[in-house]
Amino acid sequence: MSGSREAILGAIRKNHVQGERARPAVPLFDQAAPFDLKALFQRSLERMGGRMLTPDATDPMAPVRQAIVKPGPVLSCVPEFEGDMKITPQTKPTDIAPVEYAVLRAAFGVAETGSLCFTEKQLHVNTTGFLPQHLVILLDPAQIVYNLHNAYQRPEWTQAHYAVFQSGPSATADIEGVLVHGAQGVRSLSVLFHPAS
Amino acid sequence: MKVGLFVPCYVDMFHPETGIATLELLERFGLSVEYPVDQTCCGQPMTNTGCEREAAKTEELFVRNFEKYDYVVTPSGSCTNQVRNNMTAIEQSDAVKHVRSRTYELVEFLHDVLKVDAFPWAEFPHRVALHNNCNTLRNLRIASMSERREEPFSKPKALLKMVRGIEFADLTRPDECCGFGGTFSVFEEGVSAKMGQDKVTDQLKSGAEYVTSSDSSCMMHQEGCARRMGANLKYIHIAQILNGARA
Amino acid sequence: MTAELHEELTDPHADQLDHGAASSRPLKSRISEPQPRGAKIRGNRPVDQSEAANRFMAATEHEAMHDARLWDLRQKRDKEMHGIEEWEELRDLASGIKEHTLSKLDYYLELFEKNATANGIKVHWAKDGAEHNAIVLDILRSRGVELLIKSKSMLTEECGFREFMAKNNVEVIETDLGERIQQLDDEAPSHVVVPAVHKLRTDVASVFAKTIGSDPDNADAHYLTECQREATRPLILSAQAGMTGGNFVVAETGTFVVCTNEGNADLSANTPPLHIASIGIEKLIPGLDDLAVFIRLLSRSALGSPITQYTSHFRGPREGSEMHVVLVDNGRSERLGMEKFWPGLKCIRCGACMNTCPVFRRSGGLSYGATYAGPIGLIIDPTFNVHKYRNLPYSSTMNGSCTNVCPVKINIHEQIADWRRTLAGDGEISPVKKVMMKAAGEVLASPVVYRASLPLGRSALRHLPHFMLYNKLNTWGRKRDIPETPKQTFNEWYRKNRKQPGEGEKS
Repeated sequence: MSGSREAILGAIRKNHVQGERARPAVPLFDQAAPFDLKALFQRSLERMGGRMLTPDATDPMAPVRQAIVKPGPVLSCVPEFEGDMKITPQTKPTDIAPVEYAVLRAAFGVAETGSLCFTEKQLHVNTTGFLPQHLVILLDPAQIVYNLHNAYQRPEWTQAHYAVFQSGPSATADIEGVLVHGAQGVRSLSVLFHPAS
Repeated sequence: MKVGLFVPCYVDMFHPETGIATLELLERFGLSVEYPVDQTCCGQPMTNTGCEREAAKTEELFVRNFEKYDYVVTPSGSCTNQVRNNMTAIEQSDAVKHVRSRTYELVEFLHDVLKVDAFPWAEFPHRVALHNNCNTLRNLRIASMSERREEPFSKPKALLKMVRGIEFADLTRPDECCGFGGTFSVFEEGVSAKMGQDKVTDQLKSGAEYVTSSDSSCMMHQEGCARRMGANLKYIHIAQILNGARA
Repeated sequence: MTAELHEELTDPHADQLDHGAASSRPLKSRISEPQPRGAKIRGNRPVDQSEAANRFMAATEHEAMHDARLWDLRQKRDKEMHGIEEWEELRDLASGIKEHTLSKLDYYLELFEKNATANGIKVHWAKDGAEHNAIVLDILRSRGVELLIKSKSMLTEECGFREFMAKNNVEVIETDLGERIQQLDDEAPSHVVVPAVHKLRTDVASVFAKTIGSDPDNADAHYLTECQREATRPLILSAQAGMTGGNFVVAETGTFVVCTNEGNADLSANTPPLHIASIGIEKLIPGLDDLAVFIRLLSRSALGSPITQYTSHFRGPREGSEMHVVLVDNGRSERLGMEKFWPGLKCIRCGACMNTCPVFRRSGGLSYGATYAGPIGLIIDPTFNVHKYRNLPYSSTMNGSCTNVCPVKINIHEQIADWRRTLAGDGEISPVKKVMMKAAGEVLASPVVYRASLPLGRSALRHLPHFMLYNKLNTWGRKRDIPETPKQTFNEWYRKNRKQPGEGEKS
């Protein structure tokens, strides 16, 4: 309704009582970044309810296999791991519903918050991040940034149509503050440090 | 240095001993202190309720009473805040500006202006919980507040630490408002009383024998709640402790 | 004392996981008790917050849980604050960014529109709630949508969206657990972040038993959450459209950002082929550098969690789907021109002011009878309806805690005082307050009348300062003892014991 557009913008212009305020410059606040971002990432992830898998030098995908303990279809979106299901050009968002485990690779991680970033490039179908019961995630340790300021310097934000920070599993505490994982999204989230090939 | 003493209405009426202690304490430091006997109130009840127009004449009277002093000192942070930050119902003449900038709450006057470093006469061998009035805490900045990331400091505690034998009792919610809130205590009686009861419960749990504050208004409310609850707690203004009261 | 508290809170090692809205320690209600309901709404008559607050406090188990739970969130927030050295600097930045954006809001809205449109988002403009609802209904109808899943949005509460859709035969399913509880109980959210925080687990059990068929005797939070998940999932999979709000809108990239802990916004947005986002025009920020500041502050302030479990950035529709953004004014452009009250538009709806407010914690959010409860509600609600919400600015002790937890540094307690001044000036003040203050002002302006009014008669009713004296209800004495009146006032003592300066003029 273009009439409303003009009316709103007109009212705003008329009501600018505050005068123009300067735009502050935002520092990166990363002077105190530790050398080992992996350790900080792990602490933050665990705080958010995520789990770190212990790498296995001889059999890199063994920790992923061991993390899959419940029966049900496993969807793999990574070349390193063979699942029961694959995304095809025909896969619809709702087709992900029966998936018990999805194996994904994160675009990058944020040490400050234990967050993992996914875009449609990693998810293929966006619901792979949310409809499966559990997620197992590969993260290249070289792709960990220190804090959120650093994270928003990354290129993903202007490349993808959809990008999400997932920080631990789905969580709610809407009933008396009791923490429950898996309110609507995934019930568990495990991360394995694994360099991208 | 000529000091005018302002004794808030409820102190005048219910706690004259606080006014006396304030006067005597200031006199101990060799100050010439006068109490203009025609004083009434700072205008806070009306301003607090939004009735600025109704506050104007009271504010005018306040300025008339105190414009001739170098400093105005009062044992109430809440009233100080009213004068310093909210006395806007009247025209801001030089006299008004002078009074507003020169009005000090007792603790900050001792701490910041006189820079007192000892109270040799003071001894208070009791377990004491300190209560900061919210205006005094967050508007006058008499102490650091838990809401902010800042270096901890407390002017009243710094002064009380100079009193022999005093012991501090810690509250679980030291910065929580006690629910007095001026006219709030009357207009919103239910929530006000509940907040007061919760404050008293916290004070009891801290093992305090005494509660002290630089504001009588909060303590009047807390004491009212404590008595009704049958709580064994005593309330004493900080001026009395610093002036050498023993109990 | 403050120092000790600070130290205790800086301990980074929590005993239990407390991300999201979780409490840092178990807070289990002990008994079941009927849930107190919110303020009684009587058309346009001023809402009586105290009446509803008194009923909430009379339900002692509810009040105790509500207070403990929200105070715990406040303490979790403090702990996060102590973990971030630049905390106060971030608050300054957040405030500055918002003030800058608001001062050029027309520019940033047009910039967002341009960038979002270029990325395939259809941008709509709605001047009020009714227009918002009509726009959304039009989109839904033209695509034959009968079932809409949505995530939490305070803006749609403002617009009366669910009621409107119900009348127009579109079934709306809230997917946030707390909001779903409230929807099923036909109640508004009582808090912007934890909508059902005023309910005990037993209340939820009885709502779910009636609506989704859970066991009425099972009030276990895990069980109830699971029941809701199972009941909602088929609806998520069959809905033809999804709706979200938006926490932040980044003008330079054409992105809008939604923060949830449950992942329900991502499900709502990504499962059906149509995504509509309703966003208030004040949510704009310039760029991604700015976004970092707000993401760092939002969940830490709201819940004491470093970040929401899901922070979702939408910049355009996915292949084969549609994405619409409805930019809603609903009074915001007018508020922008209010000299004293425009900074309220900086609000990011974190709820920190509610968690810290001692009045809110004891009253429950529904006692305010308005979309926005607590301190932020006191300064926003009157802009929607000054008469109906004229009592709300009095539901505060003006203690200032809200202002100091606010991540965007809104001067909330000062605005509460400004509202009281504005209301009294405009005649929107209750007659009892007006009469009392007029009387008090006259007495206190004259030393002679004042001295004569003092409780010399020593009658119980007169043993109170003036602003209490004129209150015939004597509310002071209901739960508090009245202070004893000493033998003499300070004034009398001084006249007897000290040489007096010249007695000023008598009036």
